[in-house]
Amino acid sequence: MTEEDLSVPPASTYFMVEETDPEERHTLSVVVDNQPGVLARVIGLFTARGYNIEQLTVSEVHHKRGVSRITIVTSATPHVLEQIRSQLRRLVPVHSVADLTLRGEPIERELALVKVRGESESRIEALRLADAFRARVVDANTGSFVFEITGKTRKVDQFISLMKPLGLIEVVRTGIAAISRGPEAMEV
Amino acid sequence: MAEDTGAPETEMMTGAEIVLRALKDQGVEHIFGYPGGAVLPIYDELFQQDDLKHILVRHEQGAVHAAEGYARSTGKVGCVLVTSGPGATNTVTGVMDALADSIPVVVITGQVPTTLIGSDAFQECDTVGITRSCSKHNYLVKDVNDIARVIHEAFYVARSGRPGPVVVDIPKDIQFETGAYVPPANVTHGTYKPQTRADAQSIAAAVELLASAKKPIFYTGGGVINSGPRAVAALRELAELTGVPVTSTLMGLGGFPASSEQWLGMLGMHGTFEANLAMHDCDVMVCIGARFDDRITGKLDAFSPNSKKIHIDIDPSSINKNVRVDVPVLGDCGLALEDMIAAWKARGLKLDEAAMKAWWDQIGVWRARDCLAYRNSQDVIMPQYAIQRLYEATKDRDAFICTEVGQHQMWTAQHYHFEKPNRLMTSGGLGTMGYGLPSALGVQAANPGALVIDIAGDASIQMNIQELATARQHGLPVKVFLLNNNYMGMVRQWQELLHGNRLSESYVEAQPDFLELARAYGWHGMRCARPGDLDAAIEEMINTDKPVFLDCQVANLANCFPMIPAGQPHNEMLLGEETEDAGAACA
Repeated sequence: MTEEDLSVPPASTYFMVEETDPEERHTLSVVVDNQPGVLARVIGLFTARGYNIEQLTVSEVHHKRGVSRITIVTSATPHVLEQIRSQLRRLVPVHSVADLTLRGEPIERELALVKVRGESESRIEALRLADAFRARVVDANTGSFVFEITGKTRKVDQFISLMKPLGLIEVVRTGIAAISRGPEAMEV
Repeated sequence: MAEDTGAPETEMMTGAEIVLRALKDQGVEHIFGYPGGAVLPIYDELFQQDDLKHILVRHEQGAVHAAEGYARSTGKVGCVLVTSGPGATNTVTGVMDALADSIPVVVITGQVPTTLIGSDAFQECDTVGITRSCSKHNYLVKDVNDIARVIHEAFYVARSGRPGPVVVDIPKDIQFETGAYVPPANVTHGTYKPQTRADAQSIAAAVELLASAKKPIFYTGGGVINSGPRAVAALRELAELTGVPVTSTLMGLGGFPASSEQWLGMLGMHGTFEANLAMHDCDVMVCIGARFDDRITGKLDAFSPNSKKIHIDIDPSSINKNVRVDVPVLGDCGLALEDMIAAWKARGLKLDEAAMKAWWDQIGVWRARDCLAYRNSQDVIMPQYAIQRLYEATKDRDAFICTEVGQHQMWTAQHYHFEKPNRLMTSGGLGTMGYGLPSALGVQAANPGALVIDIAGDASIQMNIQELATARQHGLPVKVFLLNNNYMGMVRQWQELLHGNRLSESYVEAQPDFLELARAYGWHGMRCARPGDLDAAIEEMINTDKPVFLDCQVANLANCFPMIPAGQPHNEMLLGEETEDAGAACA
């Protein structure tokens, strides 16, 4: 091999493109047939194509017709968001896809169950704060409480951080369910 | 006699019978497959009937490629039957290949009995899990009464919208059980209803933009062929009506006749100088059933920088995926082209004649570079020459051409001129070596009596060489035209051009004696090493009424030009040394 040959730098035949637009956080609502594997299809699409899932909630909403509704919170550039919507629509069991963020600010709520060690003074403080946040006590004994709190993600975050110094034990959250404002409904 | 209630009586039969009945009702005549434990009930039914012809392959990957060849040469849905576990996993490459090239195929896989699913049973695998991301859709059938509906749905999904492969996994116990058969007419899909007719607004915007062009181009793809004969006819009509130059991707070759004055040849990484320069310099691009793949666009930010783009596609996710377009036209490209023709005529539109003359003059200058020229030899067969001679010998015989993947594939695209759609079967998107031979078998099964040639490379052909036996068993007289250069030619070319000629593992040592190999499989084996003997060898090959393997020994180190090198735009092509003003050319 000659010296000249070695001087040729290795090169790729793929080009690299960087997305430079800023990312936006959007809430998508996806109506699907509630059939085995449908969630795996949706999640698989996100992993296979390198999209983010920040939150995901799924439940059947129409038992007779076997229809579920998935709420996904994702962050991406506007271009990638367009791709996510079209790729979701391409899945065979998908009825419809709505980008709720594009339709104006949607109503978004999540539920958290928050277990707090409630002793002596902190016990009263926890109850007082729970009341202010309209959290309900769903389990109570001499040593601890479980609060149920519903609201926007920020409100739940806030409540949890206030519980920390009072003896937070553990938290479980549903992720948000979202719906658009006004009389319009999603296509089923 | 039973009272006629108007409703047909439900027919009861076993799951295996339902499978065959559903396939027949879907118009399936050939099925490519390989038996095994979990599909034995279906094979038992196959044995007891004569309507469906089963073609026994030697590897399940070959079955899918054969079904793809069948589908691509006919426009029908190809069909595959394999067993569970390894039978299913062996189809994965074929299924992914069909997904990448949008080929309608239904793959039926056996599965262990429902009671054993999840127990790591013998020959169990999670077929629906494994094939979820490489199929357009898939099903696991757990109730015998669902089999008919699922198979009918599978065919509908495979051929509708942007076509693709669908996998249907059927556990063995379900194949034995008795259930109700549902005819196809009683099955409609609840959710999958792709839009086929583009809205009138986008058609109007498309023709208005096209009419404003001074340097227009049609960039066509496999969607034209998938859409069918109406799309092909409409493309020809719109091209004639407007006088716009036409180029195509590898997948779209044959969608527009190569003999037309308006044909620029293939575009992209190994496309012609004139096609790529016209793409780069055009002011209005009409993309018809193509998807702006990276082998087409080259460097994205320098791709056709000054053009307005119209994109006709049935798949909404193809629009604005890689390249932002100005006028998206969502729908079947045949219908969209017909609507564009009607709108063009109704508005009395016309392109600027002077501008079009200048544009064609410019294209003439590019064409004069003769970018596909190569230095021929008296002593050794140049691969380009071999394909040119094959083309000359077969052009009047309406031949079906399959290819493997690599240099020979690109030379075929450059030097074999396709007049009709459905005549080139090649692995475009996935680039699957070993595609050509099994694909040719499927083409031959669908087109008995036709001349079917697999233009092969010596490395690729060995990836599915076992299918030589399938040809022999089923009397499929396909021809293998092997361009044997003892290298993985395209790998070697990239190593030469991009990796300092360090030929890492691309030389194929210990090559088999293909002549003896072909004969061992009962083929007619031939060898040709001198240019002077080539025509006679080709004649003998195409006139022998049995499978023929022609080992054509070609120049070892020939490169495939033109080539758009790494990360370069369309106007920075590497041209072969025989091209006028050789070297990297700038527009």
